[in-house]
Amino acid sequence: MNLKLKIWRQRDPNTRGKFVNYKLNDISPESSFLEMIDVLNEELITKNEEPIVFDDDCREGICGACGMYINGRPHGPDSLITVCQLHMRKFKDGDTIVIEPWRARAFPVIRDLMVDRSAFDTLIQEAGFVSVNTGSAPDANSIPVAKKYADLSMDAASCIGCGACVAACKNASAMLFVGAKVSHLTLLPQGNVEAEDRVLKMVAKMDELGFGNCTNTGACEAECPKGITLTNIARLNREYYKATV
Amino acid sequence: MAKLQSRTPDGPLADKWSSYKSNQNLVNPANKRKLDVIVVGTGLAGASAAASLAEMGFKVKSFCYQDSPRRAHSIAAQGGINAAKNYQNDGDSIYRLFFDTIKGGDYRSREANVYRLAEVSNQIIDQCVAQGVPFAREYGGTLDNRSFGGALVSRTFYARGQTGQQLLLGAYQSLSRQIKKGNVEMYPRMEMYNLVVVDGIARGIIGRDVITGKLERFSAHAVVLASGGYGNVFFLSTMAMGANASAAWQCYKKGALFGNPCYVQIHPTCIPVHGDAQSKLTLMSESLRNDGRIWVPKNKEDAVKVQKGEMRGKDIPEEDRDYYLERRYPAFGNLVPRDVASRAAKERCDAGHGVNSSGLAVFLDFQDAIQRLGRDVIEAKYGNLFQMYEKITDDNPYELPMMIYPAIHYSMGGIWVDYELQTTIPGLFATGESNFSDHGANRLGASALMQGLADGYFVLPYTIQNFLAGEINTPRFNTDSPEFEAAETEVNDQLEKLMAVKGNHSVDTLHKRLGKIMWDHVGMARNDEGLKNAQEEIRDLKEEFWNNVKIPGELNDLNPELQKASRLADYLELGELMAIDALNRTESCGGHFREEYQTGEGEALRNDKDFTYVAAWEYAGDDKDPKLHKEVLDFKFIEVKQRNYK
Repeated sequence: MNLKLKIWRQRDPNTRGKFVNYKLNDISPESSFLEMIDVLNEELITKNEEPIVFDDDCREGICGACGMYINGRPHGPDSLITVCQLHMRKFKDGDTIVIEPWRARAFPVIRDLMVDRSAFDTLIQEAGFVSVNTGSAPDANSIPVAKKYADLSMDAASCIGCGACVAACKNASAMLFVGAKVSHLTLLPQGNVEAEDRVLKMVAKMDELGFGNCTNTGACEAECPKGITLTNIARLNREYYKATV
Repeated sequence: MAKLQSRTPDGPLADKWSSYKSNQNLVNPANKRKLDVIVVGTGLAGASAAASLAEMGFKVKSFCYQDSPRRAHSIAAQGGINAAKNYQNDGDSIYRLFFDTIKGGDYRSREANVYRLAEVSNQIIDQCVAQGVPFAREYGGTLDNRSFGGALVSRTFYARGQTGQQLLLGAYQSLSRQIKKGNVEMYPRMEMYNLVVVDGIARGIIGRDVITGKLERFSAHAVVLASGGYGNVFFLSTMAMGANASAAWQCYKKGALFGNPCYVQIHPTCIPVHGDAQSKLTLMSESLRNDGRIWVPKNKEDAVKVQKGEMRGKDIPEEDRDYYLERRYPAFGNLVPRDVASRAAKERCDAGHGVNSSGLAVFLDFQDAIQRLGRDVIEAKYGNLFQMYEKITDDNPYELPMMIYPAIHYSMGGIWVDYELQTTIPGLFATGESNFSDHGANRLGASALMQGLADGYFVLPYTIQNFLAGEINTPRFNTDSPEFEAAETEVNDQLEKLMAVKGNHSVDTLHKRLGKIMWDHVGMARNDEGLKNAQEEIRDLKEEFWNNVKIPGELNDLNPELQKASRLADYLELGELMAIDALNRTESCGGHFREEYQTGEGEALRNDKDFTYVAAWEYAGDDKDPKLHKEVLDFKFIEVKQRNYK
C-alpha cells in the first residue's frame, strides 16, 4: 500500500505544533498501524531526521499506553480496538491518513503524539482503591459475590486508562474513566464499604484537574476500546447523589 | 567470591518458612520511618512490594519507565493465577502445587523456595479478592477455577482473559493509596541506568528522566529489583516494546551473579509471524488449551495445500487430522507443559506439516468445544481472546481453527538470589521475573503471576527486614558522595559514546539481527556448533553496533532511539552470556533443549549427575570470560525423576 500521512509534530508543550506531510510506500496490509509508523520512523532516521514520538508498550491492546487521533477518531476507524491492534488492512491504497495527539486540557502534549496522562493516576490516588493492607484479608470465599455483580464489576474494571474517552469528549470530561472505577469497586462488597467517600473525592478531584463536565453526548462510549458503557456514568451519578443526600 | 550460600533454613520442608519468620529480625515501627527502600519496576512484583513495604511504614521510592505504573507488562498476562485452595475438591494441596511446579521446572529449582511459593499462594488470592479483583465466579457466588498445563487439578483463578490486568490494577491501586499517603515517592518515566554500591552494599540507583534526558541520583538503604525479564533479547517476543534487561544487567556488572541465563520459555500458542515489519508477537492464552484441540494435517499433501491457500483447515476430514499432543501424551493431552507443547509443534512443522503460508503454524481448533458447550459458553470464557485474534489476523476463530506457533515469552533465568531473595550484593534484592528462583528450567502456566505477587506481597517485605534490621543506625544517604558521582559519570560516558558513533544502521535493524542469531541458535533447539557460532556472530554484531549505530536527536533530551540503543548495548552482552550458559549445559532440561541430548522419543534428556545445579555467572570485566559458580540443588524431599506426561 502507498499512503500519504499528515502527522502532528510538536517539539514541546510550549512550542506551536503543525501538521507535516509524509509519503510512505510499500506498506503491508498485514502490518499494524504502529508498525506502519515504525517503518516511517526508520525512513526518517535514515534521512537524519528525528522520528515521530508516541507512547506505546504492550502492543496487545491492554496496557493503555498508545493512543492517537486517526482521521478524526481516537484509536482510528475500527471499533473496540486500540491503535496497536489496528491493522493497515482497514485502510486503502492511496489513502491520506491524518494523525493527531489526544487533545484535552488535562492531557498536555509532551512531544508529537505523546501526551501527559498523569491526571488519571492522580484520580486513582485520590480514592480509586480499597483500603486494605497486605495480610489482613479473610478467606477469598468467605464473602460470596453474585456472579451478575462480579461480571458487571469486571466489565467496568476492563478500562485500560488510555484516555480515549477524554479525547473523544467535546468537554474533555473524565466521567467514563471515573464512572468505570467507581462501578468496578462499588459493585463488589469489598469495595462498597468506602463507596461514599470514594465517589465524593474522585469527582472533586476530577473537577480540580481540569477535566470538563459531562453533557451525555456518548462519544466516550462510542470510542472506548474496551466497550465501557454509559451505564457506568449513570451509576457514578447515582452513587454521587446517594453520597450527598 | 565465597561459595554460593542459599541460606535455606533448616528443618522439615513444610516448616521452613514459618520457622524463618518466627526467628528473623524485624524492624520496629519507629525505625521503619527512617529507612528508605528503592523498588525498580511496577509490575506485579514491584507494585506489590512497594505498596506492602509502605503499608508497613518504610519510605519507598518507586520507579518505572512507562508513563504510569499501571502499564507494566504484567498487565498483559491473560490466563490466570495458581493457588492451592482446593476449592474444586479435586485433591489439590500445597504439596501438590509444590510438586507440580518442581516437576514442571524439570527438577532445576530450589525445593525450599518452591514450597514457600506454594504455601503463600492461598494468601495471594485472599489479598486480591479483598482489594476488589473481580475474579470469575460461580452462580453461588464462590470463585471459579480452570486448568492449566502441567497439572491434573483445576487451581487457576482468573478474571476472563485479563487476569494480569486485574491483579496489576489491584497492586497499582494499593500503590496509589500509599503514594497519596506520602509513603511512596513515585517516579514514572524514570529508567534505571546504574546501581550505586557504597562499601559493598547497594545504596542507590542512577535514573534517566525519559522526558528531559537528565540523569538523576537516588539513594536508599536497600534496592529491590523488580524489572522483569529479558525476552526482548530475541527482538520478537510477547514482551512489551519497552521491557528490557538493562537494570538487571547493570546489577550483574556491579557484581550480582546471573543465574541460568539460558532458561527462556517459548510459549506454544502465539499468533505466527506475518512479515519483516513485525514488531512483536501476541500470545493467545494457555487457557485456550482447556477447550481447544491442537492438530496438523496427517498428510503432507494436505499441509502443502493449506500453505498455498488451496485448502482450509475446516475442509480436512477428521480422519486426516493428527492431534499430535493427544496422540503422544494421552494423560495430559493438550495440557502438557509449555516446553513440551512448543517442541512438539516445531517437530511437526519441521516435518512439513505446518499450516500457514510460511509452514510455521499449527491449528488450535474449537469446533468440538463449540459443539459440546455452545458458542455462548466459549464466548463467555474466551471472548476477548477470540476478538483479539480476529483483529490481528482477520480470521474468525468461531468458524476457522486458529493458527498458532511458539514464541519467546518468559525468562526463567535472572539475577541469582538466596532464600531471602537477596543477590550476591548485600542490600540488593531481586523479585518476580527478574530473579532466577522458582521456575527451574520451565515455568508452568499461571505461575508467573503467583510468583510475582508471592515475592512482592508476602516474601520480600519479610526477608528484607532481616537485612534492614541491621541498618537502623545508618542515616539517610547524601547523593553527593564519590560513589554516586562515579556511577553517574559511568552512565554519562556510555551514553555520550553511543551518541558519538553516528553510524549508518538504526537500532532496530541491528536488534533484528541479534534476534535472528538468538532465535536460530539459542532458541527452541540448540547444539554445540550453533552455540559456538552464535557467540562469534554476537561478538561481530557488537563490534558493528559500537562502530555503526545511528542515533538521531540529542543526549539530554527525550530520545527514544537513544533509549533503545542503550538497551541493545546490554542485550548484546546478555545474548552472549546466554549462549555461553547454553553451551556449558550439556544436557536438555525444560526450555533448554540441546539436540545432542534427547531420548529416542525426542524428549528432553537430563543429566542429573553432572547438572543438578544452578549456573550462576560472575561478571569478570569486558572481553573477559564470565566466571561460573555452581549452586548444587539438593533434593531432600522429593524424588528426582524423568518427567512423564504420557
